[in-house]
Amino acid sequence: MYQYDVIDREFLTDRSNEFRHQVARRLAGDLTEDQFKPLRLMNGLYLQLHAYMLRVAIPYGSLNARQARRLAWIARTYDKGYGHMTTRQNVQFNWIKLKDAPDILDALAEVDLHAIQTSGNCIRNTTADPYAGATAEEIDDPRVWSEVIRQWSTLHPEFSYLPRKFKIAITGALTDRAAVKVHDIGLILRRARDGSLGFEVIVGGGQGRTPYVGPTIKQHLPASSLLSYLEAVLRVYNRHGRRDNIYKARIKILVAALGAEEFGRQVEEEWAKIDQGRADLGDLELARIRGAFAQTPFETLPARSEAFEAAKAASPSLARFARNNVKPHKKPGYAIVEVSLKAIGQTPGDATADQLDVVADLAERYGLDDLRVTHAQNLVLPHIKLDDLPAVHAILEANGLATANIDLVSDIIACPGLDYCALANARAIPIAQDIAKTFADPDRAETIGELKIKISGCINACGHHHVAHIGILGVDKKGEEFYQLSLGGSGAEDATIGKILGPALPADKVAPAIDTLVDTYLAARQGEERFLDTYRRVGLEPFKEAVYAQAD
Amino acid sequence: MPKLIKLIDGATQFAENTFVNVADEDAIPDVGDVILSLTRFQAEGDALLSSNSRRVGVRIEPAEEVEALAYDLPRLSVVALAFPKYRDGRAYTSARLLRERFKYQGEIRAVGDVLQEQAGFMVRVGFDAFEPNDGATPEAWAKAANRFRHVYQRAVDARPIAADERAQQKEGAL
Repeated sequence: MYQYDVIDREFLTDRSNEFRHQVARRLAGDLTEDQFKPLRLMNGLYLQLHAYMLRVAIPYGSLNARQARRLAWIARTYDKGYGHMTTRQNVQFNWIKLKDAPDILDALAEVDLHAIQTSGNCIRNTTADPYAGATAEEIDDPRVWSEVIRQWSTLHPEFSYLPRKFKIAITGALTDRAAVKVHDIGLILRRARDGSLGFEVIVGGGQGRTPYVGPTIKQHLPASSLLSYLEAVLRVYNRHGRRDNIYKARIKILVAALGAEEFGRQVEEEWAKIDQGRADLGDLELARIRGAFAQTPFETLPARSEAFEAAKAASPSLARFARNNVKPHKKPGYAIVEVSLKAIGQTPGDATADQLDVVADLAERYGLDDLRVTHAQNLVLPHIKLDDLPAVHAILEANGLATANIDLVSDIIACPGLDYCALANARAIPIAQDIAKTFADPDRAETIGELKIKISGCINACGHHHVAHIGILGVDKKGEEFYQLSLGGSGAEDATIGKILGPALPADKVAPAIDTLVDTYLAARQGEERFLDTYRRVGLEPFKEAVYAQAD
Repeated sequence: MPKLIKLIDGATQFAENTFVNVADEDAIPDVGDVILSLTRFQAEGDALLSSNSRRVGVRIEPAEEVEALAYDLPRLSVVALAFPKYRDGRAYTSARLLRERFKYQGEIRAVGDVLQEQAGFMVRVGFDAFEPNDGATPEAWAKAANRFRHVYQRAVDARPIAADERAQQKEGAL
């Protein structure tokens, strides 16, 4: 993993001092709330319904044990004993006091964590494939490039007051676990025919009230030109993105208005004027960053673990866990282990302080001190030896962390919704809990197979409902919470925006409607089809008929 | 009226503002240095400049492109980049382009909703004069501008970036 050096650490100290100074000026009345707001936002501090929320950046979703323990400590000391994993691989604390915020930032800085640019109209934390450095599918390690972007984008003097927030995601694998096509910029690492490394550059994807699957504006950007090209994209956006209407200010609106081709042309024109020798990162620094990620001390192991096979044969719960939460690793004898934060009836993505400590211990003892947060709001132990899987599973199980439901019907993404968020129209968490309880039977969940349900409490779509196999959007109808269902979306490599099923349903009809959708799918399913495949084959109508016939 | 702070040879100090900011509806004074809007400058700038007895500056709003000044820059003493709201970040790009692309050597002045929080960014993209409307003193401005001991990306200033510092450390260690 990348280790902060004295430069990175001094930078965080300076940032922390700056924010302490700003909070003092705000409390003294030298800054108005209007002036202070963008400053606190760029330090991750939101004002929510009940309290301040602090969003901590987890660069490319990657943590070590010490950092995870510090998050647990913050949850205990300054919050109500838990933290929430977000769809951008960050961690949020929902019950923060403004006066504590500078101390919390100091405590984070001690373990090389921060909240810089986790909010505000700036370049946000870059997200990446949570299986980076562990999956065999990988063309190149996206963490290398995420770290390059982290440094470049941190307090960028030209691009810190953009028209709107700006999110970049990177994958190095063909299977997209980072939702790159629905980001402001999505980068897919590719090798050209001549073997040279580059990026497919996708610009102007997004969700919110105008969802777009982003178009590709460059098929193969030489990897070494990444920063100069990003500079060109950001400059065109900073100059020409709309600032008159917050809902039309994201880059996707500019790209859609100009057309991808014209936008791409403007970027090329700008890029040609940039002194690339100055703008791009030198080989030495790139090699230093790459080296930090290349040093994972894997052992040489047999591909098959007799201990694991025997334990699996003896324990149905371990076998179920292995089927659903254990993924192939690039190194023989290792596995990627997903730790579900979607126990039936729990708030999706919440981890208690004790659970964070448990996972930190596992990462340290069994997992090469590496831990990831996924955009699906789960955790990943990316490097576990097959031999250790029985022990790891037992500890997870003892701590309520072994729910074997990754990508299954109860692995639901949900935003905080009206339980916390000042923007929400409706609650998301209780809906997720209802659905999970409806599908609590793990055998049935496995029979149903991959089914991605995502819930947003408002049109800002933090819960990614547009790109869900079944999306659920909370709407306010004359003061009552209603939920609009959509089908057929995907945030993966086959990214698609879902289609609205029909009129919104009251809260108590949502879980039964999902049940009906699932029954309709199972009746129509051919072979091993996923819900999404069946939907794509048969279309919306059979689902619509089933749900609304029942509602009548 | 906000006081003018200038950055000269790395030091900030109060400076006398000899320029009159001429609103579009006002007449241009008979004598003295003036700053005009882009539209006004394009209409009347030549005449003023050829009289040669005074200095002329242009005020650029965020939506206006500095490319429009390309041929006039050598004759301009000041380009004042306006921040109608401090959250509007277009002037950072304008300043950077003036310095990097057009090699503009004159004064680039930040006017409007200018706060010391922006000092670091402004200095890095090439601003060298500021009219802070938060009452910041030159000392406060300098402190804010130099708060960070390290920077991560190249801009207009000559500061070594983190990667340069690391390369130097490595060289020193060899």
